[in-house]
Amino acid sequence: MTALLTVEDLWVRFQTRNRLVEAVRGISFSVGRERIGIVGESGSGKSMTGRAILGLVQHPGIVQAKRIDFKGRDLTSLSDRDLRAIRGQHISMIMQDPKYSLNPVIKVGHQIAESYRLHHKSSRTEAKIKTLEMLEEVQIPDPERVFNTYPHELSGGMGQRVMIAMMLIPNPEILIADEPTSALDVTVQKRVLEIMDKLVRDRGMGLIFISHDLNLVSSFCDRILIMYAGRIIETCLAKDLHNTSHPYTRGLLNSLPSLQNPSEKLPILNRDPRWKEEPSVNAIREYSNA
Amino acid sequence: MLEAHNLHVWFGAGADKFHAVKDASFSISQGESFGLVGESGSGKSTILKAIIGLAENWTGHLTVDGETLGKKRNRNFYSKVQMVFQDPYASLHPRHTVDRCLSEPLRMRKTSNIDARINQSLNDVGLDPTYRFRYPHQLSGGQRQRVAIARTLIQDAKFLLLDEPTSALDVSVQAEILNLLNDLKRQKGLTYLLVSHDLAVVSHMCDRIAIMQAGKIVETIDKQMLRTATTETDYAAALISASHGFKRSTSQI
Ligand SMILES: Nc1ncnc2c1ncn2[C@@H]1O[C@H](COP(=O)(O)OP(=O)(O)OP(=O)(O)O)[C@@H](O)[C@H]1O
Ligand SMILES: Nc1ncnc2c1ncn2[C@@H]1O[C@H](COP(=O)(O)OP(=O)(O)OP(=O)(O)O)[C@@H](O)[C@H]1O
Ligand SMILES: [Mg+2]
Ligand SMILES: [Mg+2]
Repeated sequence: MTALLTVEDLWVRFQTRNRLVEAVRGISFSVGRERIGIVGESGSGKSMTGRAILGLVQHPGIVQAKRIDFKGRDLTSLSDRDLRAIRGQHISMIMQDPKYSLNPVIKVGHQIAESYRLHHKSSRTEAKIKTLEMLEEVQIPDPERVFNTYPHELSGGMGQRVMIAMMLIPNPEILIADEPTSALDVTVQKRVLEIMDKLVRDRGMGLIFISHDLNLVSSFCDRILIMYAGRIIETCLAKDLHNTSHPYTRGLLNSLPSLQNPSEKLPILNRDPRWKEEPSVNAIREYSNA
Repeated sequence: MLEAHNLHVWFGAGADKFHAVKDASFSISQGESFGLVGESGSGKSTILKAIIGLAENWTGHLTVDGETLGKKRNRNFYSKVQMVFQDPYASLHPRHTVDRCLSEPLRMRKTSNIDARINQSLNDVGLDPTYRFRYPHQLSGGQRQRVAIARTLIQDAKFLLLDEPTSALDVSVQAEILNLLNDLKRQKGLTYLLVSHDLAVVSHMCDRIAIMQAGKIVETIDKQMLRTATTETDYAAALISASHGFKRSTSQI
């Protein structure tokens, strides 16, 4: 396996009215043809990391990195136009607020079909058939009806699935999925994960899977990066998540409610101010060429 | 606190008319937490929207706090019932700062100590005062969701409709919010109608749970039955058994 993406010393900063916000503070990691999970608390910089890779951090955010290497090309040095081409064809991102990434005044079926036609030479009829197939594949029960709805008429979980269908169209080499299943019930979630899993195994896609669901990440991913206050505070193999040592990670694991054995009050994490000062762990991995 | 009898809800008209909720009946007593779970798209949010007055095309009987609901809700209703929307953007005005979003409901009720109340409510949801002057787009997904929760709690309603209130939160912040909700419930006798696809959250929070599929309530169980997976319908059984992490099978798809 070789690295598809190597991110070195990435920073994202925002100047707000009263202070400078450092959303990401010098993180380094790599992604091969594997499933990388990113977990960490709300506001720790997970979404900004994904957006920064694709040049999607909005004004006035400033992104800096030693390099963001995608198969030998440094994304930090690309023009807007070249970066857009990478975004359209090679790296896709499923945004955390799916409904807001869709055009509110165009029917969702037309948006998917249009995107399909952009990537595959095909007639309108063919694109529509493909779109209906894709909706069915992400477990939408009534594809014909959903094809003709506007984004605001979708339920939370349907919006997420429409976005997933859309992002898989270009056959991306890397998929960045930001909380892609947070609104899905468990049975549908399983199906959607299977689709992503298959892309990693059969097509060698690299997956960056951002989620706050620890059990899910540890059972679904290969490696996990744990973020805290803009840094990577710990990294581990997914199967070792439950044996990690950092008190922050332990605290996260302890705050999980349990279905079978609920407690009166959930344990609360006591955040140590020193965690913020710990250096970021380098999560660039050596890839053998096997 | 709530009685729903033979509730039907439709969207659209003519050939596009869609029957989103079919004959749902359930009741919630004062001080109880009632959970709604089930398939994505099965009509959970729609039931909440019908109660709060955002889905107007419904039939059946809805009673809140002894008062039978018609098509319109008056001001008095909103002083008793408030909702956290599944989609935090929907409850936050994009051009209003967090400060304005929290102070407006307080001003409407002529509350004193507005400053202190705002700081307290931000603190309750784990945000420090520096977030007061941010706009919604300057927040992370989970921070936005917490502001939406703070806005709902600050209005002192006694019946809260909570639609996936912690779906964007990591488990440590989720634990703080769930504890906060349970504390408030104990102190003030609040009543909750909670939608979540996370059965562990539902099991932690709710006394009774209705399971929905394709617009219908297929089964209503209590928390003990949820914990021990004692169900009557296949759908409910499948839902509970699927909630144990991802198992990679070699023979899939
Ligand atoms: N436009 C902005 N101006 C100032 N700060 C911002 C802006 N956008 C984001 N931030 C801050 O950057 C930090 C990282 O945000 P990010 O969205 O990456 O968090 P996250 O880890 O994805 O959290 P969540 O799990 O809640 O989605 C947050 O503390 C957020 O408040
Ligand atoms: N404004 C609308 N116009 C037309 N159809 C709608 C509208 N709002 C919701 N629907 C439809 O009603 C059905 C139920 O939606 P609802 O949002 O209640 O589902 P849900 O159970 O909350 O699902 P999720 O768990 O995915 O949020 C869906 O099929 C949806 O497409
Ligand atoms: Mg995020
Ligand atoms: Mg919903």
